[in-house]
Amino acid sequence: MRMIDEHPILEYRHGQRVKFSFDGREMEGYEGEPIAMALHANGVRIYRETPEMKRPRGFFCAIGKCSSCFMVVDGVPNVRTCVTPLTAGMNVQTQRGKGTVALEEA
Amino acid sequence: MKTTDILVIGGGAAGLSAAAEAASAGAKVTILESDLQLGGQLIKQTHKFFGSKDEYAGTRGYKIADILLEEIRAAGDRVEVHTNTTVTGYYREDGTITAMRGEEEYFRVQAKKVVVATGAQERLIPFPNNDLPGVYGAGAVQTLMNVYGVLPGKRVLMVGAGNIGLIVSYQLMQAGVDVAAVVEAMPKIGGYWVHAAKIRRLGVPIYLQHSIKEAYGKDVIEGATIQEVDNTCSGIGNEKRIDCDIICMAVGLSPTTELCWQAGCAMQYVPQLCGYVPKRDRTMRTSHPDLWIAGDASGIEEASAAMVEGRIAGLNAAASLGLPVKAEGMKEYWQRLDHLRAGEVGEKIRSGIGQVLVDTWEGK
Repeated sequence: MRMIDEHPILEYRHGQRVKFSFDGREMEGYEGEPIAMALHANGVRIYRETPEMKRPRGFFCAIGKCSSCFMVVDGVPNVRTCVTPLTAGMNVQTQRGKGTVALEEA
Repeated sequence: MKTTDILVIGGGAAGLSAAAEAASAGAKVTILESDLQLGGQLIKQTHKFFGSKDEYAGTRGYKIADILLEEIRAAGDRVEVHTNTTVTGYYREDGTITAMRGEEEYFRVQAKKVVVATGAQERLIPFPNNDLPGVYGAGAVQTLMNVYGVLPGKRVLMVGAGNIGLIVSYQLMQAGVDVAAVVEAMPKIGGYWVHAAKIRRLGVPIYLQHSIKEAYGKDVIEGATIQEVDNTCSGIGNEKRIDCDIICMAVGLSPTTELCWQAGCAMQYVPQLCGYVPKRDRTMRTSHPDLWIAGDASGIEEASAAMVEGRIAGLNAAASLGLPVKAEGMKEYWQRLDHLRAGEVGEKIRSGIGQVLVDTWEGK
């Protein structure tokens, strides 16, 4: 993970380090911190692919307002990964297109 | 259905101040915050604030967040906080507010009074490949490095030499990231000279009257071409290629006002406040009798002013419930605002607010 080791002003307090999966690859991140941050620390820049032009997208605003970092998390599409906390064993996938929402069971 | 006296939407500089003020008058307050923690943009600011001592001048931004959070904690059960909770709509028929916890759990809130402190969103400027991963808002870069300790990249091109562009450039260097250059389309530096001087001393070139012509990269940003521009922002030659993996956009913010539109507040476009904002009276009440506004959502300004506006909104929302509030409060807070907005640097804000401040809602 590419983290800032030393900072002249700040001291970082991270939570527990947990394992999660990104497109089938095992990665590590800090529990409770946004998924987008964990991915970025692991060198992942492309979070989704746009529906029409198939353009790669990463995150942009990091405050849950711009929709750029939508991904499929544990099967749920369009998750704002910049404001969704990472948990152990989470299954994070690149979102291609608009995503499919599962219909409620009858 | 959840019920509360005062619902504060947004737990940043303005929202926390509003909540603290309303709670101190005895109101039951609920804060809904979309992020995972309270503090808004304050928790990302490592620099010492200017302004006056009433708004903690000389204190680093994230320490100011700590002070406000302590005030919220001291209010005990008068303030209820929900983080990772995003307000999704205001229903005009009966004033119901809908919100979601996480991404899938929806609930409704009925509040007697509402303070909208939803802040702002980052702007982007048009250039080819501005959608490639690696073009990040300045706030996002701050979130990565100052909140979560993640290296944003190796080499950054900063777009915008206002205070945010200058401060974030310096913060990047503090985090060990190379800043290739700062480009600014205007003929002069928009931020304070002290911030510009700091990064110039560290050898970062600031290209005035320059803008991005295009970014390049296969799947992610690999660099950009910058170009000198005239005063209509058209390129006039002098291209320069800059290798970088991050293009950081510090080109301004737009007020987040969707809820005000949904609530039917009288809105006006004010360039000096950076977008559409609700009209308001001196209590920060909008044209909606139960809805107050504070902070960047009421017009882009500094966090210091956002905190005072939050105090004003919180105090008046509490007073509207019949709760006793400090008699001198309004006078004191407006003195602080006038002080923060004084002089040449406050001219733009003063003229912007002059366009949307109403004396009374009677007959409107």
